[in-house]
Amino acid sequence: MSFILDLWTVIAVAGGAVFFLAGTTGLLRFPDALTRLHALTKADNLGLGLVVLGLLPQVDSVSTGLKLLCIWGLVLLSGATASQLIARALLRRDARP
Amino acid sequence: MNAATLFGLCAAALIGIGLYGLIVNPHPLRKILAFNVIGSGVFMLFGAIARRGAAAGMGGDPVPQALLITGIVVAFSATALAVALLLRLFDETGSVTLASDAPDKVQPGIDDA
Amino acid sequence: MIDALNIGLAGLILGLAFWSIIAREAFAAVAGFMAYGLLLTLVWVQLHGIDVALTEAAIGGGLTGALLIGAVSRLRSTEAAARAEQPGAPARWLAAGVSAAVAAALALCVLVLPDPAPTLAPAVATHIAVTEVGNPITAVLMAFRAMDTLLEAIVLLFALIGVWSLAPDRFWGGRPGLRQHADPNGILAYVARILPPIGVIAGIYIFWVGADHPGGKFQGATLMAAMWLLVMMAGLADAPPISRTWLRLLLVAGPLVFIAIGVVGVVTADAFLAYPEGIAKPLILVIEFALMPTLTLILGLMLVGAPKRGPLP
Repeated sequence: MSFILDLWTVIAVAGGAVFFLAGTTGLLRFPDALTRLHALTKADNLGLGLVVLGLLPQVDSVSTGLKLLCIWGLVLLSGATASQLIARALLRRDARP
Repeated sequence: MNAATLFGLCAAALIGIGLYGLIVNPHPLRKILAFNVIGSGVFMLFGAIARRGAAAGMGGDPVPQALLITGIVVAFSATALAVALLLRLFDETGSVTLASDAPDKVQPGIDDA
Repeated sequence: MIDALNIGLAGLILGLAFWSIIAREAFAAVAGFMAYGLLLTLVWVQLHGIDVALTEAAIGGGLTGALLIGAVSRLRSTEAAARAEQPGAPARWLAAGVSAAVAAALALCVLVLPDPAPTLAPAVATHIAVTEVGNPITAVLMAFRAMDTLLEAIVLLFALIGVWSLAPDRFWGGRPGLRQHADPNGILAYVARILPPIGVIAGIYIFWVGADHPGGKFQGATLMAAMWLLVMMAGLADAPPISRTWLRLLLVAGPLVFIAIGVVGVVTADAFLAYPEGIAKPLILVIEFALMPTLTLILGLMLVGAPKRGPLP
């Protein structure tokens, strides 16, 4: 049983790392700021989510697991807010003559 | 080489990098940034020494770590004061040069404080 | 495996520090510095200083980063003039030589540190039972070196007064910062309504649990100050005028209670800030409760800056 849990942890965390790599590559290679924002949100949502889901079998109490999920939720909230604000500022800057 | 020595050497390098930035960058905000880098290097050095004092079931000597918490908070307050000084200088003269032949006021009598 | 992680961390940190020194634009340098502060948190975890890691993440990464970004955006027009003043190549080489010499001297000191290392951990472990506090760092901060914590609170207050004193005469007594306006249906206002309850609970929890586990009042107060700043940035609340009595009373309440308890110690236990037998934990709690609002207000107000609007007539 613990072998299956460890296997799940390795696969999920590795998957999360892949999404982080994809997000960073997008940040470095995409041509403009809006597309880079799009790449970063993939790292935030999917990458961190997979890492958290992978770590969940390894925690030793329910409250620690809930705290991990809370952390993911808070990062989603702040990431979404920051992306919206940056995108709106970019649109406003490009709309000015 | 254990973690404490590695981070102690890293801290020495950080202090050197920060010192170079402090001397070379002419913009005062970059100097404040370099000063913060020096400060965090000093803190890391202290932390490496605290880690070497691990004993009695604790992971690190608690006295230097408590002093570090105090140090980080006081360093932030010093940075806040420095930034406030810089912004006031900018409001008064319109530029942030530290050269000694810069004009003192944008318009005389605009606000005497 | 752990060694590879440490070497990778050290390399990243040195690279980010170098970047924040030589980046061309100040905004890029500040962004690099914020990332550097967050990586420093991981270094603290590796050095087994969890309380210091919390403080570094909150104050070093979060508050200092916010302060510097605000300053960078206001000073954008001065960067071109500053770039014209850069020193020539001989001065740079001399500076590089001096910095390398200082770094080499410090590295030498690190390599010849005495082995076994002198440490105060056994002394703390012997006496910590008297303070009835489980976290050795809280015991050091509030009982063994309480004088340092008192002086730190007073220094923070002086720094705030210093920041306020940089206001022009006509603004003295007014509100710090400019009035912020955000779209009341927009996402910033939404987040500023959703996040502060969670943040305040987390801050109080970190403050309370600091007695026995990593945490403490500095980290908790920083979280609550950050939530207050978020509410102010979204325009949902305005900064209080600095002449308000309640503000000034709350600011001095922390250090005054601390000093009063210290004087009580002179009377009952023969030394300033000595705690009488048996009531060490309640006294520590009283000091921390008094210091929490003080620290929250000071940290928040230092970020907002000097008054920029005149007092109402």
